[in-house]
Amino acid sequence: MDITLIWYLVPALVMFCCGVYGFLTRRNMIAMLISLELMLNAVDINFVVFNRYLYPGSMEGWMFTLFGIAIAAAETALAIAIIINLFRVSKNIDVRDATHMKH
Amino acid sequence: MDYSQFLAMKQEIGLLVVFLLIFLFDTFSSRKSAKAVPALSVFLMGVLTLWGFCPLNSADASAFAGMYVTSPVMTAIKNILNVGVLIILVQSVKWANSEFVAIRRGEFYELVLLTLLGMYFMISSRHFLMFIIGLETASLPLCALVAFDKNRYESHEAAIKYVLTAVFSSAVLLMGLSFVYGLCGTLYYDGIAMMCRSQFGVMMAVALAFVMAGFGFKISLVPFHLWTADVYQGAPTPVTSYLSVISKGSAAFAFLVVLTQVFGSLYADAWEWMLYALIILTITIGNLFAMRQVNMKRFLAFSSISQAGYIMLAIIGDNPMGVSALMFYVLVYVFSNLAAFGVIGAIENATGKVDMTDYNGLYKTNPRLAFTMMLAMFSLAGIPPFAGFFSKFFVFTSALNGTGSVALYVLVLIALINTIISLYYYLLVVKAMFINDSDSPVATFRSACSERVGMWICVAGIIGLGIVSYFYDYLLTVVY
Repeated sequence: MDITLIWYLVPALVMFCCGVYGFLTRRNMIAMLISLELMLNAVDINFVVFNRYLYPGSMEGWMFTLFGIAIAAAETALAIAIIINLFRVSKNIDVRDATHMKH
Repeated sequence: MDYSQFLAMKQEIGLLVVFLLIFLFDTFSSRKSAKAVPALSVFLMGVLTLWGFCPLNSADASAFAGMYVTSPVMTAIKNILNVGVLIILVQSVKWANSEFVAIRRGEFYELVLLTLLGMYFMISSRHFLMFIIGLETASLPLCALVAFDKNRYESHEAAIKYVLTAVFSSAVLLMGLSFVYGLCGTLYYDGIAMMCRSQFGVMMAVALAFVMAGFGFKISLVPFHLWTADVYQGAPTPVTSYLSVISKGSAAFAFLVVLTQVFGSLYADAWEWMLYALIILTITIGNLFAMRQVNMKRFLAFSSISQAGYIMLAIIGDNPMGVSALMFYVLVYVFSNLAAFGVIGAIENATGKVDMTDYNGLYKTNPRLAFTMMLAMFSLAGIPPFAGFFSKFFVFTSALNGTGSVALYVLVLIALINTIISLYYYLLVVKAMFINDSDSPVATFRSACSERVGMWICVAGIIGLGIVSYFYDYLLTVVY
């Protein structure tokens, strides 16, 4: 049985949707961050697979993936730092309680 | 490798030098001489702004195998951003020297300049890799800036909301780009534009929708605006003004470039109608929510949402006049909004008050501040002869300048009706300051020299841009 493009794209899409679902339903900020990572990694899979199957001559997708991974790492580091700061101030990282400014 | 291509990146190199100078000075100066960091930053930023203007008409150039380009239009929008950042730096001197901020004031300037560098690259990119790097360089330091008031809980709450939505939106944008890559096999703007012309399918429309959603978050278009009010309210006031003016202006310009030059051939098929819906929603909902706000920063957040809708009107016409109209709108918006934020910041620094009811009777105690605020509100609402009227006028004209279909006339009519609605809440502020009485008005105070200079520049901009037609003519000549 051949492993074709679609075998990779569907799991990547499912992963992306899981990420969106998790981002919208989970209430712990760390869990939301993990969901975001799922989304970003689904994008990376997409790029690599498109490059490998459709445009094997070039390296554009792979380069993009490398940068994407680095950017995702930077984003996570920053988000974790902010979550830690928030925890220091309020001893709580549940988004349901981060509603001081609601009007 | 041909190193002379770096000469094309005149403004980027200049900004990098400024950043490094401030960074080195901040790192190695003694505690006593560190007081000079704000003044040094303002000075260097002023030099950079002048540096951007000479020569006035720069030539087209490209670098990094065509990933980066510069043209007179891009130089012009970068100059506009430079002016805005300069005003913000001037206004923030007093805040940067205040008790809790002084110890890490250098970081504020460094992070601001880094985000500006990211915006430069985002504006100048001709390849989506460069674009994403620029976008992230612009938005990640901003998240740190929003969390700058370490001792205030709201600042952290705003920062977490901003960072989560920013990452979410870039993930959505990246997903769209991955589809674009799969369909076109290249990430160069020109390559994608060529492929778009020959093929258009459902997949391309889906990819475009993802990309537009990602941009919608950055420019805070309805229905992607939910982060805006909380982030604007919680962030320190200089950061809020930076977010509302510079970040939004650069993202709007990048959005224009991506829509017209990359997906230009999909105009009638896809994005005209997506943008049509976004504009109506953004202008109307932004206006309706602005009416019931009490906190001034929150009020300006919703006002800036509806202003973003007006900026998008310059894009929907899909013609060169829209480019100059957009740049002029951003320029005017820089002066008007920064005047408003200058007053809010001055009052906040002096008394800590940010509610609209605190502004009752402001005219009796601080007539100049009240007058500046009034000019800002008039300009934002679009009352002639102030600059805001002309920016709105040009935006409306450019929306109708292209095909001029009936649908676009209806859109401009809706926008006009919304301008009248917006007059109500902008004048509420003026009414509070001039008519309402208060038992305990803001006491008479003298704002810091830096704040006054910032406000003078803004007032000069609001009046000057409305009366002197040179600036708009210049932007027109740059585009054509």
